[in-house]
Amino acid sequence: MSDVLKPAELSKINYKPPRKEWMKTPVNFKHGMYIYPAKAKNLKYLDMPNPREWSPTDKDWKLPENWKEIVLEGMRERLGKYRSFKIFMDICVRCGACADKCHFFIGGGDPKNMPVLRAELLRSIYRGHFTKSGKIFGSLNGARELTVDVLKEWFYYFYQCTECRRCSVFCPYGIDTAEITMMGRELLNLLGCNVNWVIEPVANCYRTGNHLGIQPHALMDMFEMMLDDIYDRTGIRVKPSFNRKGAEILFVTPSADYFAEPGIYTCMGYLVLFHELGLDYTWSTYASEGGNFGLFTSHEMIKRLNAKIYAEAKRLGVKWILGGECGHMWRVMHQYMDTMNGPADFLEEPVSPVTGTKFENAKSTKMVHITEFTADLIRNNKLKLDPSRNDSLRVTFHDSCNPARAMGILEEPRYIIKNVCNNFYEMPENTIREQTFCCAGGAGLGTDEMMETRMRGGLPRANAVRHVHEKYGVNRLACICAIDRATLTTLMEYWVPEVKVTGVHEMVGNALVMEGEKERTLTLRGDPLKETEGEVNV
Amino acid sequence: MNIEDIVLRKKADILRRGASLIMETYSVNASTFFKDQKDPFANPVGYTISQGMEAIFDTLVRDEANKRALDFLDRIVRIRAVQDFTPSQAIGFLFSLKKVLREELQKELQENSMYEELLLLESRIDNMALVAFESYMKYREKVYGLKVKEFKNMAFRLLEKANLISDIADEEAAVIKNDTRAENMK
Repeated sequence: MSDVLKPAELSKINYKPPRKEWMKTPVNFKHGMYIYPAKAKNLKYLDMPNPREWSPTDKDWKLPENWKEIVLEGMRERLGKYRSFKIFMDICVRCGACADKCHFFIGGGDPKNMPVLRAELLRSIYRGHFTKSGKIFGSLNGARELTVDVLKEWFYYFYQCTECRRCSVFCPYGIDTAEITMMGRELLNLLGCNVNWVIEPVANCYRTGNHLGIQPHALMDMFEMMLDDIYDRTGIRVKPSFNRKGAEILFVTPSADYFAEPGIYTCMGYLVLFHELGLDYTWSTYASEGGNFGLFTSHEMIKRLNAKIYAEAKRLGVKWILGGECGHMWRVMHQYMDTMNGPADFLEEPVSPVTGTKFENAKSTKMVHITEFTADLIRNNKLKLDPSRNDSLRVTFHDSCNPARAMGILEEPRYIIKNVCNNFYEMPENTIREQTFCCAGGAGLGTDEMMETRMRGGLPRANAVRHVHEKYGVNRLACICAIDRATLTTLMEYWVPEVKVTGVHEMVGNALVMEGEKERTLTLRGDPLKETEGEVNV
Repeated sequence: MNIEDIVLRKKADILRRGASLIMETYSVNASTFFKDQKDPFANPVGYTISQGMEAIFDTLVRDEANKRALDFLDRIVRIRAVQDFTPSQAIGFLFSLKKVLREELQKELQENSMYEELLLLESRIDNMALVAFESYMKYREKVYGLKVKEFKNMAFRLLEKANLISDIADEEAAVIKNDTRAENMK
């Protein structure tokens, strides 16, 4: 049959989508809404199953012969191992409180992006294969058989979830849909159904310590460029140390801060701050990645990639660890590291060498978030700041999902921002703090082939930014997450091009009055510090 | 009584049905949510569509290029350009307004034989559709542009950082500009 419709047929277009039950609606892979699969070489390097060349749009996914057995056995193992998974499979009453809270559903309208239905994709198989009522009553009980179509559906929708956990804020039972997605992805990984945007960074990290496979000499070159830029802006030659044994503090940040704009300006912010404090700290060319895409792969992989942090702290003989601005990195450090690779009994309870403050919250992990560290410095009046240097900026703050919802880092970044700039405006209440809307590019979704999904999923966030842009002239969106800095930049270009993205420590670096600095005329970004007359920076 | 007056009198019904037809291009769950949730921040899609349809309606009746209506049309299309639609589905909602008008005005049209006036009104819808098409293409091109930009940014910075390329610095360019040799070469 020809694809070209006749005029009479054309005029009969019905725009209503067909009304079919969700279980009977197979997934249709469309460009812009799925991520390319993991390359075989990366899977081989990690010793992960079923490396092969394939595409999600292929009919045959080249699954292992006993794929069904592998998945069901994988489910059985995880139901036994993770009590939370078992409970989340059992207790949902389908009240719908989560249904309209997911940014992908709000922006796109695909019902399988409602968290309840995303979870049902897995739950229906649980019922069909692991519960008596499901086995007897079948679809009446919301149960179904595991088929290749179900697997395809899992792949499509578990890689359309950013594990942001906004839905779980509203669940009366506290079901954490992010954990359901994590389980779904673990099961897919058993069959080699994973995405390259996640697996390549994982493989690189496993080999060289960071996502891009940057080796020590290249890393040093990158720092040279940043240090030259700092000299150009401030007149001060900052000299950080690398792999220095006996330093008091090991500093770890996501590698996006070394190579990607606007992350590098945040990194320059760290460098000038530590220089001004005379901090006894070191960078590591091995623990050169705070990010951990193992979080988007499997628990086993989180552990494998995270092991380097404590190992490096031990090798260098530092007292404690300081972490840069990153979202998911912080979830791993804060909630998994101690259990997986601890106890870090060779480290000391972190104490700020500048203020003497004991970070009791980090007593166990021995790792402090930089916004906690800097907020404490400001609180104790240890920094000379000139917030007027950021006067060309009208700033709003995006709470990154992981630090905000998982760790409650809500006040520290705001406190810093209010001290380093004069124009700060909050977005509407139901779009910030615990209820913050995701950038739609986290959990391994931030790749260009996923652009349509990212843009529509990011609409609720961008919509709130546009509101403060129109109302207060906001032109800068601050955040404390490396993935945000990359993906929000693109998101803003689509929805609110007048707004640029910044890290919080970039603004700290601009406002910081340094001893012996030249008269500052440029920001760390190289923009003029003051608005030229007649220019309205909105 | 001219057709505009009749349309204005029936504004509420026409708007309700018009908005409803767009909402129905989404799944049942989504259209219910888009219609019912009134908070603009919890429901940017539904809010933009309902506000936008009103602005578009006013423009159709008054036949004047209303900036507010064009802004809203642009916003609706900007959203639909990245949703799960084919190009015709993305902007076809405007044509469904014709269906609403014909059905709502059926009685009056027959009684007063206002078909010529209806054609005028429908031509305005066609014009809006052309504007929507421009927006649609603008945003599709934007999406492709963003894909390329992300890719280029990453590759370029890596090459630069790995010292594999030698870029002309701004100062160098300035020197060349002021160089008399450059003048002599003119």
